[in-house]
Amino acid sequence: MMDWNPLILTFKLALITTVLLFMISIPLSYWLAYTKSKIKPVMETLVSMPLVLPPTVLGFYLLIAFSPSNAFGSWLDTWLGLKLVFSFEGLVIASVIYSLPFMVHPIQSGFSNLSPTLKEASYVLGKSKIKTLNKVLLPNIKSSLLTGIVLSFAHTVGEFGVILMIGGNIPGKTKVASIAIYDEVESLNYTVANNYSMILFAITFIILFLVYLLNGGYLKKIK
Amino acid sequence: MIDISVHKKLQSTSGTINLDVDFHISNGKLLTLYGKSGAGKTTILKIIAGLLKPDRGSISVNGNIWFDEKRNINLKTQKRNIGFVFQEYSLFPNMSVKENLIFALSKAQDIKIVNDLIEIIDLGDLQSRDPNTLSGGQKQRVALARTLVQRPEILLLDEPLSALDDEMRIRLQQYILKVHKEFNLTTILISHDISEIIKMSDYLMELDHGKIVSQGTPKEMFMFNADSKEIQLSGEIITIERHGKDARVTVLLGRDLINISTDFETVKALKPGEKIRITSTHFNPVIQKMK
Repeated sequence: MMDWNPLILTFKLALITTVLLFMISIPLSYWLAYTKSKIKPVMETLVSMPLVLPPTVLGFYLLIAFSPSNAFGSWLDTWLGLKLVFSFEGLVIASVIYSLPFMVHPIQSGFSNLSPTLKEASYVLGKSKIKTLNKVLLPNIKSSLLTGIVLSFAHTVGEFGVILMIGGNIPGKTKVASIAIYDEVESLNYTVANNYSMILFAITFIILFLVYLLNGGYLKKIK
Repeated sequence: MIDISVHKKLQSTSGTINLDVDFHISNGKLLTLYGKSGAGKTTILKIIAGLLKPDRGSISVNGNIWFDEKRNINLKTQKRNIGFVFQEYSLFPNMSVKENLIFALSKAQDIKIVNDLIEIIDLGDLQSRDPNTLSGGQKQRVALARTLVQRPEILLLDEPLSALDDEMRIRLQQYILKVHKEFNLTTILISHDISEIIKMSDYLMELDHGKIVSQGTPKEMFMFNADSKEIQLSGEIITIERHGKDARVTVLLGRDLINISTDFETVKALKPGEKIRITSTHFNPVIQKMK
């Protein structure tokens, strides 16, 4: 009998992570796309680090930082009641950091590729920065937003190293599908491992396929 | 009355330019800025619009201070009552033509102005179209209408016609002159086209390397009197062929090519592409209607 919990947990984690990332990445990408600040290269490097850093390195440092035996971890516990080690909340924060470049990069390049006159034209018409962002900039980078959302979702679904480091393997709490597959293979339950794998394979294929259909304009042509 | 006295250091492809201009425009006039690209014309418009901040100086419009470096005043673009038509098309692709105009309405404004502008600038047939399906001339007409929705006092036109063919250009020039008068605008136009400048401007300024190098009315700048049986023409050298001591120079005057035979000595320092002035005495014109 297959346990559905790891799959449910995976998609719950991916969904929450994507929503949080979307809210964080719009202001961050906007800033990166338009700032002339000298610290921009530093910020860009930090955002991109998860692309090249082994997930275990990131997981290791998060584990150290969030550990209740350290200053930051115990501060989180005492003041916010947050235990981020071996908990679902910890996974969400680790996933947000780990998938940050997958959301920020498409949105940032979306902003950068827009003609600067669109923004200037809106300002000249007396529209505020917020209104310009909501009514002019974001609606014209819809495909970048979609790409960001889907890539971060898919990337979070595919996470393994970071989760294992910071979340461990607690059924119903931190045992996501990728960990469950590893677990089943270790116990030589190849059938169950295959079931999880097939489902992840199919779902990620469908998601990416839909994005290429939408962004490539194939669906519009049919209509 | 617009009073501008600004200084700004610019980095351009040809090195650093110190933009340093000081001029004023009376209300209701149309001023044209012209000069080589990179002379700082667009920068001046962007400074007036508040899209760029000058290093030093001040800008005041009818007594209201928009920028004063000494008093640390820099009015936001949104608060400056200006219209701006950009060289590139700047319509919002996510809105139809009419939605572009409606977007420009300020909160308390009546939609009537949108309908009036659609009428004045003949956008009736285009109003539900998607901006990407419009021609260059149509896009600039919509951009002109959109920027007038908020009834600006000042209209800034950054080479809005440079990408258009002659026929479209002439139509748009008429629309610009029409709204300039009808809306009682003070307009600053950037243009390279001499016939456009002569037709449209009350006053013009030539810029070079960030400085105003000459200014005057179109008549003062381009007219000469043929009464004295002397004519001056300006044109561009296309080729210079040497025939012994003589030379044959082909010059482009407006749309006409003429060949001039002259002494090689007088033209040997000139190169194709250079602008020249041709003076002729004993000019005795015969005027006829074109067939």
